[in-house]
Amino acid sequence: MILLKAEKEVQVISARKTKKFLKFAGIPLVIFTIVLVVPFVNGFYYTFTDWDGFEVTKLVGFKNYADSFADPKFWVTLRFTALFVVVSLVLVNVVAFGLALIVTSKLRSRNILRTFFFVPNLIGGVVLGVIWQFIFNSAIVSLANKYDVELFKESWLQDTNKAFWALIIVTVWQSSGYMMIVYITGLVSIENDVLEASQIDGASPLRTLFLIKIPLMAQAFTIALFLTLRSGFMAYDVNVALTDGGPFRTTELISLHIFQDAFLEGDFGTGQSKAVVMFLVVALAALVQVTISKRYEVQR
Amino acid sequence: MKTRAHWGKRATFIVGAVLAIIYVFPFFLVFVNSVKLKYDILANPLSIPLSITWDNYQQAFTKMNYFRALTNSLVITIFSVSLLIIFSSMLAYYLSRTKSKPSKYIFLILVASMIVPFQALMIPFLARFAPLVSYNNRGALIFFYIGFGTALSTFLYHGFISTIPTEIDEAASIDGASDLVAFWKIIFPMMRPITATVAIINALWIWNDFLLPRLVLDEASQTLPLSTYLFYGTYAVEYGQAMAGLALAVMPIVIFYLILQKQFISGISQGAVK
Repeated sequence: MILLKAEKEVQVISARKTKKFLKFAGIPLVIFTIVLVVPFVNGFYYTFTDWDGFEVTKLVGFKNYADSFADPKFWVTLRFTALFVVVSLVLVNVVAFGLALIVTSKLRSRNILRTFFFVPNLIGGVVLGVIWQFIFNSAIVSLANKYDVELFKESWLQDTNKAFWALIIVTVWQSSGYMMIVYITGLVSIENDVLEASQIDGASPLRTLFLIKIPLMAQAFTIALFLTLRSGFMAYDVNVALTDGGPFRTTELISLHIFQDAFLEGDFGTGQSKAVVMFLVVALAALVQVTISKRYEVQR
Repeated sequence: MKTRAHWGKRATFIVGAVLAIIYVFPFFLVFVNSVKLKYDILANPLSIPLSITWDNYQQAFTKMNYFRALTNSLVITIFSVSLLIIFSSMLAYYLSRTKSKPSKYIFLILVASMIVPFQALMIPFLARFAPLVSYNNRGALIFFYIGFGTALSTFLYHGFISTIPTEIDEAASIDGASDLVAFWKIIFPMMRPITATVAIINALWIWNDFLLPRLVLDEASQTLPLSTYLFYGTYAVEYGQAMAGLALAVMPIVIFYLILQKQFISGISQGAVK
């Protein structure tokens, strides 16, 4: 009798728990599963089949992956993307850290400067890319011809190597403001007495920066490096608006490459296996980066 | 010693000022050229306009269907962000207050999902959702934004909720408030700072997003980035009009930023550090 009562009570409680779960977590979890989890799992499965965008008739093993890596254009993209990720990662963070140092100094104009540095970040990559397309294709070219500057007479976007640097310039300009905010947060989190102590000990500003500030704010570096790594791999908007992969598909970052493969050439199978490769590379790179960065973080 | 510090400060100022000019110069170029005639732009894109023409704006305004694009962007951003706030705050509250294995795993899955690039599931995603998209364009897009935004928003709320003592929930339930009432009347108002962060981060992302709208939206539902891109693609040689179009595309968010500057910066820094 008592047992039965207890059992009933448990049932009532678990029913109440289920009700609360559905009320609070039901809708977002269902949407999350439909929008993200299902296509993700599906995507993995499709790469091992002969899926053509509509139906699957048989399993084909690793054929799609073999086809992807047999595509010379994919190798061009992989090289271009790797180079882009590394160079943009370094430059964005160096510039952003410099900006953060400027706007955390004792300048009276620091707030205005911060406002200015952050502006490019507000605007989407496409609009920024289009603005810079005008600058590289028209404004600079017309000035170069007027004042006879050889380097800029031909648009940078027509040349693979120069277009790479154009992409880097726009990316650094766009992202450094955001990463600056991350570094500012790190810099202001350092306790004042630590800095005063180092000043009393007679440490030069440069020594203080490298031996005290940077180690104490290592967490900010972990975050900023992770964010730039991820956005470097995912860069699409600026790529489309600036070069659209041209000349001759030599400046395609991996996102654009997958887009072209699937939606322009209709190669859904290889397009999706390249997308899976991209996911694995991003996940692995992020994991390695975070593990390494974490080691430098100081416990306080 | 004092003079050295003084010179250091002056050098910092000069470097900062030069950089600030470089950072906003592209926008200056857009605005200056947006009121010039095509011929004047070609002759010298740097010159101050001698005669000002507003015709470019008029042309751009109608050709890129500015008003329609702006409305679309506003509707999509406002609906997506509001729904994201409602759903993810509730989900985060549930996950943070329910100390059970499933809720821990759900949270871990959400966090892990943030590393998945959209491109990795874009192709099956489109194949699967084609019918929904053709049924209701904007509705479908809002639905997708909720799906893609849930993880980060829930994560941000989750971190904040664990700083609110559980005694508050207990007090509310002793007073006889149902869990929903307790959440909306008592807990949610306490989370205003993080709600601001969630709102700003998601609004910036959705307002500026390009790839997903490009894949999903038909002509009548185009958002501002999409219609700017297409307009520029068609009228790039009409430099004046193209610049006016870009100026129109940039203006709403910049004005919004200048009004809410403090919230923007503090919102971003809170979101970034978590």
